[in-house]
Order: sequence, then structure tokens, then C-alpha cells
Amino acid sequence: MSNLNKMKNIIIEKTLKLDCGKEISNFPLAYETYGNLNEKKDNAILIFHALTGDQYASGINPVTKKEGWWNYAVGPGKSFDTDKFFVICANVIGGCMGSYGPATIDPLTNKPIGINFPVITINDMVNAQYNLLDYLKIEKLFAVAGGSMGGMQVLQFVSNFPNKAKVALPIACTASHSAQNIAFNELGRQAIMSDSNWNEGLYDEKSTNPDKGLAVARMAAHITYLSKQGLQEKFGRNLQERSDLKFGFDADFQIESYLRYQGSVFVDRFDANSYLYITRAMDYFDLTKQYGGNLSKAFKDTKTKFFIISFTSDWLYPTSENKDIVIALNAIGADVGFVEIKTDKGHDSFLLDVPDFLSTIKNYLNTTYSNINERRI
Amino acid sequence: MKEEFKVISKFIEEKSRVLDVGCGDGILMEYLLKNKVVDVRGLEISKEKVKKCLSKGLAVIEGDAENDLKQFPDLSFDYVILSQTLQAFMSPENVIENLLRVGKKVIVTIPNFGHWKVRLDLLLKGEMPVTKNLPYQWYNTPNLHMCTIQDFYNFCNNKRVNIYKSISLNGEKISNITTSNLKYKNLISELGIFLLEK
Repeated sequence: MSNLNKMKNIIIEKTLKLDCGKEISNFPLAYETYGNLNEKKDNAILIFHALTGDQYASGINPVTKKEGWWNYAVGPGKSFDTDKFFVICANVIGGCMGSYGPATIDPLTNKPIGINFPVITINDMVNAQYNLLDYLKIEKLFAVAGGSMGGMQVLQFVSNFPNKAKVALPIACTASHSAQNIAFNELGRQAIMSDSNWNEGLYDEKSTNPDKGLAVARMAAHITYLSKQGLQEKFGRNLQERSDLKFGFDADFQIESYLRYQGSVFVDRFDANSYLYITRAMDYFDLTKQYGGNLSKAFKDTKTKFFIISFTSDWLYPTSENKDIVIALNAIGADVGFVEIKTDKGHDSFLLDVPDFLSTIKNYLNTTYSNINERRI
Repeated sequence: MKEEFKVISKFIEEKSRVLDVGCGDGILMEYLLKNKVVDVRGLEISKEKVKKCLSKGLAVIEGDAENDLKQFPDLSFDYVILSQTLQAFMSPENVIENLLRVGKKVIVTIPNFGHWKVRLDLLLKGEMPVTKNLPYQWYNTPNLHMCTIQDFYNFCNNKRVNIYKSISLNGEKISNITTSNLKYKNLISELGIFLLEK
């Protein structure tokens, strides 16, 4: 817990009216920053994390002791070059890395808030994080960026605050969560809720977590992050430390063992209720509907430069859904770049070492930053 | 093709919105940004080239003109440029129609299949022509619909497309194409550059 005490956070005193109708105030938002804000304060980039991410995008996460979730992309000399840019990342509300979430201890009961936490949306997450910019006294961001749920936050952010960022990078995401994606999230939630330890969301975090349910949720989700080809190439039908099938239900295959491992390490760092709340927020995300069925209206009069990226083997947030955003932006003459990166690493590509992806972002940001400064564009 | 860019750039008025269809590495886009005050976008089919463009900070989207022009609203650009790509489409007819829908004015450049060297190659050698502007063999050429300057003229007339200006490029020589010198220009031009309007 000592590390949790070292965590940077702000207490948001202002009342935040949530989409569900409830109001919250005096709540914590944990964040981390990388690099330095320059004198002109024009080099700040706000990065949004995905479903199971947190504020520790780069370097070593002090809590899990593992690499930050976007360590390939964020750091000195990397895509989001922290020698040049001031990178900010906050843990979303509903999360479990220090921000206000279901694992936050309710001072009245001295127990986790659990299922009494209000249902939150991507809109609520973004509105909460906006306070961080006020706190850091950043008038205008150079960029907002994120993949998957992070990309959804990018879209919501530029829609809510049209003049706050010069550049927006929504990666491998969608403007409207699909039935298939809702279905996978529901599968994960049902796995958690059917674990008897879940106890209607009132489990005691110290002793009886719904670890089994959460692990299954993670295993199922993990499959959706990879591609069939990627799985086949990495695991095929390889057996796990055995020369033949054992005619039982142990992990005979490497892929089984791999998924079990992914599930088991996940429960150590993630709160089951957070998983319920954040997946729900993703399911509720429908920017198109929010603007009466016309996504272009979400970006009306935008001056932001958009750079949208999708991946060939991503079937969770496929190119077609990313392209819908491009089309909506083109319909209003917005400044938009788009490329589909070729890779067999699936949806997870944005988190992995995909050189084409990483170098294109790096060059795009560096050139655009100097172009804007030279007022060329 | 510096001369081609010069001619295209001259066609374009300051402070206009330009779409470069088949923008390649974005060299023309950069040329325009450097020499004019314009807002320029690109559409390109090759991932590699799109990545190069984006690395240069250019607003380029990956897509193919035959499917992706649809997403641009009517008359949403002052100029739409199609530089030496018309011959590579499945349906040049549809593409031109879409260009004229999206752009108030359209600039099309075509490598001229009517050039005397091309004609001579086929006449004397009896082989499909391979020249500087048409460097491919018949079996690997991306060019599906080659045409001559005369063909393009006829096409525009049939489709009632206004040819505002037409320029001949022969090496570094730039000259006007008129109805009276059309036959001759069709023989000596390597490239035809057209400013069209519906």
C-alpha cells in the first residue's frame, strides 16, 4: 500500500453530474505524468487508457512492478516522445488504481463502495479528466490519444471540448459499441457475477474476491484481443510441457496454459467490480446516437487534426468501424488522416511492438508539432 | 515532374480547398503547401505511401478512389486533382463523374498514349510501348485504360464536361492545347493537363 500513497492524485471538489443522473463530488482522480511541460505549455498530450489500463503508461508500474501498458509507445525517443512532450495519463473513474471507483473505501461503512458505485459512462470519464487540465493549468493540449476504450475517450473528449486539443489520435476504436462487443462484455460480466464470491458485488477485497469469475472474464476477453492467425502461429496445437494428450481437463495445450496464466495474473491487479463498471461504460458508448444518428455532428466546426489508425487483423474494432469515423469527419471537411496498419497481432496491436504503427505516430506527432509551431498548417 | 506540378499549381487559386486523389508520397501536396496558401487533403490506396504522407504530417486517408470518393459531400473541394492515375481505374468514367461531383473544378493529367514515340513503337516494333511515362510491360502494367489526349477530349465532349484549360507537356515545354492544334499536340505531348468543370 505504500506505493498507493505515493500515487499522484487530485481531489475533484466540483460536482460532476453523471449521465445516470447521480452527482459526485470530492472524489479522487489518480494520474501520472511523463516528460516536462514546456514554458509555452504547448507540448502536453493527454493519453486515455483502455479497459484494464491505468495511469502508468510508461516505465515500470510502481504497483504491479510490470512495464507500463503503453511502454512501447510512451517514453524518451518513443512515439510519444517524453523528451519532447509532456504526457499525462489518468486512471478513469470506475477504475481501481487510485481513482474514484467501486474499490474506493466508503468512509461511512469503512468498506468498498462496491455495487453502490454509480454506473458511469465514457462521457463521465472524460468530463472527470478534464479537471486535471485545469489543475495542471493547461489551456490547450497538443494532442489527445488512446486505443480501444482510450480511443472512445478521444472521440468523446474532442466532441465535448472542441477547442481543447490540436491533434486527436483515436486508435482501433469505434464511435458506437457493436452488438458483438456488448456480447463479449456481457460474457465477462456474467462470469464474474456467477462466481459465488462476487456476493452481489459486496465481496471483501482482502479475503474473498471473485477471482475465478474475473479470470474467466479476462481469458474470454483476451481471445478477442488476438487474431486467429496470430494465435495459430504462436501456439498452434503445441502441447504444454507434455509429449502427448493426457485425456483429462488439465491444460494440455499451450494456448490453454497461456490463457489460464493471463487470467491468474489479471486478478492480482484488477478489481472485479471495476471490470463490471468499465465494460458497462463501453457498452453504453454510442456517440452516433448521442448526436441523433449523425456522427458528423459530434465534430461540428472542429479545428482538430485527426489521425485515425486501425489494424488489419483487429476483428474486435475492425477497420470498417474506424472508417465510419473517417467518413463522418470527411463529411464535414475536417482535417483527417487515416491508415490501416498491416499486422497479425489483432486488436492488441496498439499495445505491442508494431514498428510501422509506432514509427508512423512518432513521425506524425513530431512533424505536426513543428508544422503548427511554424504556422505552416 | 516538376513542370506538371507548376502547371497544376498555377491552375489553383490561393486559399482554396484541394483534394489530391492518388496522392502517392504526397510530393504534389507538399509542393502546393509550399507554394500556395491552400488546405490540401489526399487519398491514396497504398499503405506504404499513406504512412509516408502521414509521417510528413499530411492529411491523407488510405482508400481507393473508386469506393472512397463517395464519402466526400458534393462540391466539398474547390479543386480535385487526379495526377496520372485515371488510366489505372476499373471505371475511369465513374471516377471522373465522382471527381466532378466532389470538386468545383477538377484537374486531370494523363500520360498521352498518342505520343509519336508510343505510336512508332507499336508501328515499327509491333510491341506494346514502353516509355519514360509508361514504363511498364504489358503483363505488369497497372494501367487498364490508356487513352490519348484526343480520346480524353472526345470523352469530355460526349459527357458534356467543360474543358476550361488544357495544357500540353513535352519534356520541359509547356504549351496550350486548342481545338485547332489538337491533332498536332496529341502527337508531340507526353502529358496532357486538363482543368475541368461540369
